[in-house]
Amino acid sequence: MKILVAVKRVMDANAPVHIRPDGLEVETQGARMGINPFDEVALEEAVRLKERGIASEIVAVALGDDATQDVLRHALALGADRALLVNTQTSLQPLGVAKLLQAVVMREGPELVLIGKQAIDDDAGQEGQMLAALLGWPQATFVSSLQIEGQELQAVREIEGGTETLVMRLPAVVTADLRLNDPRFIKLPNLMQARKKPIETLTADELGVDYTSRLVVERLSEPPVRAAGRRVANVAELVECLQAEGRRLEIRELL
Amino acid sequence: MSVLILAEHDGLALKPATRRVVGAAGFWQQPVELLVIGPAVVANEAACLAGVQRVLHVDSDAMPVAEDLAPLLVDLMHERKVLLAAHSSLARDVLPRVAALLDVAMIGDVVRITGPASYVCPLYAGRLLASMTSRDAIQVLTVRAPLFAPVGESQAVPVFALPALASGGASRRVAVNRQVSERPQLASARIVVSGGRALGEKFDAVLAPLAETLGAAVGATRAAVDAGFAANELQVGQTGVVVAPAIYLAVGLSGAAQHLAGMSDSEVIVAINQDLEAPIFKVADYGLVGDLFEVVPAVTRAIQQLQERQA
Repeated sequence: MKILVAVKRVMDANAPVHIRPDGLEVETQGARMGINPFDEVALEEAVRLKERGIASEIVAVALGDDATQDVLRHALALGADRALLVNTQTSLQPLGVAKLLQAVVMREGPELVLIGKQAIDDDAGQEGQMLAALLGWPQATFVSSLQIEGQELQAVREIEGGTETLVMRLPAVVTADLRLNDPRFIKLPNLMQARKKPIETLTADELGVDYTSRLVVERLSEPPVRAAGRRVANVAELVECLQAEGRRLEIRELL
Repeated sequence: MSVLILAEHDGLALKPATRRVVGAAGFWQQPVELLVIGPAVVANEAACLAGVQRVLHVDSDAMPVAEDLAPLLVDLMHERKVLLAAHSSLARDVLPRVAALLDVAMIGDVVRITGPASYVCPLYAGRLLASMTSRDAIQVLTVRAPLFAPVGESQAVPVFALPALASGGASRRVAVNRQVSERPQLASARIVVSGGRALGEKFDAVLAPLAETLGAAVGATRAAVDAGFAANELQVGQTGVVVAPAIYLAVGLSGAAQHLAGMSDSEVIVAINQDLEAPIFKVADYGLVGDLFEVVPAVTRAIQQLQERQA
């Protein structure tokens, strides 16, 4: 079975977020960039499926400018067999990405697409579902445990208040929760080898789909800062404050 | 033009978030329809919500999987302009699928509606807000329900029965594992008592009595969940549940950006932490530095004594 894993290049989760002077985009120049952590989990799961003899080939795909090659090198070092860059300078939105990925899936013919449940930059969490819709495939989102036997996939999903288990036939799209696995540490020799491997590149326009943005971002802003409150000295004072707030907010337990 | 809302319920009653989504729908000043997929008792409850013009009811024992639910929503949206739901695990699963089938963008986790197709949404774990306008003819969006005022009751409106949903057979649910709890639901509780990894094995022993006393839901940081001290479904933050209760009690949690993303809209934040320098104190309205294992039980006792005096 062939698996396609889509990976996104994002800013490091701990890097400070600055808005460009135009107020429309985030400044990524000089920021530490890397693979979206959720996509790394998706890739690790693909590698494990290959190690168990369930998958035969793993293709990592990323969309973006030339700098995006670094996350594909990371994917190759982690265990992807091939890397594919869909080259574009345009900033993409989830629907456009889904259409481009759909075109890649048509070319590559995987039976399973694995992808992170969300990216830590836009936090949209739409990609897998949109791709599944366009392909007409079933989807398992927010997956924390995955099993594949023959043509049947069983996934445990994280939902409000617990989990649920879905069973579906391949081909399917699975989006990974961080709980699915802990990605392995990449060894230096693997990293060196990955540098030598080719990255296949095609342009977004070659895929022949309309990936224009539907949402016009008018302004980025920082949320209002919460003013730091007051330091209380002891439990008695804290409970007094809680009681006062409780009265104001009409909370029965604190009246 | 009309607004369609995907209602959520627990099989017996509507979830509180649905009343807030109806509140959010008021922005468009257009007829609002509520789609209830579930038992008649929930449809009848939905018919009494103020601001709802009509309930569309599919009688069903269980919520269909996304593959079966999406085609119904797509069909309904061919004659409507706005599809709205709470930013819940159900809507996050099915609405992107619907949006793609309609060939429109989805706008997720809206914190403010500023125009008929204009919204404010958080990015980067809530560290940024994006003001945006959709160019699509149909709007598909989820809203951060706790930030919108709930609607009250009104005279019952008609309930219109829709045919049962066919299963396409692409996917089927074989098990649901939900923790049964007497406590209020995390997403809609008025008070949340939340703990970090510092509580260790005593997570429950320390927090449960306080939560019980306050009628509060219990939340946790990702670190506490990953360390096995708290259940997955208690996780508050960027990748967990987003809450905005009246009071958020943060116990032994430092206040990482990923956690703040899930609770910084709380009305009052109270922090109890051993570490004077913990970032949570920067956003807390009230902060107490002290030993969690002494302070929290003492707070619990003090509130219990207050309650006894009242009674």
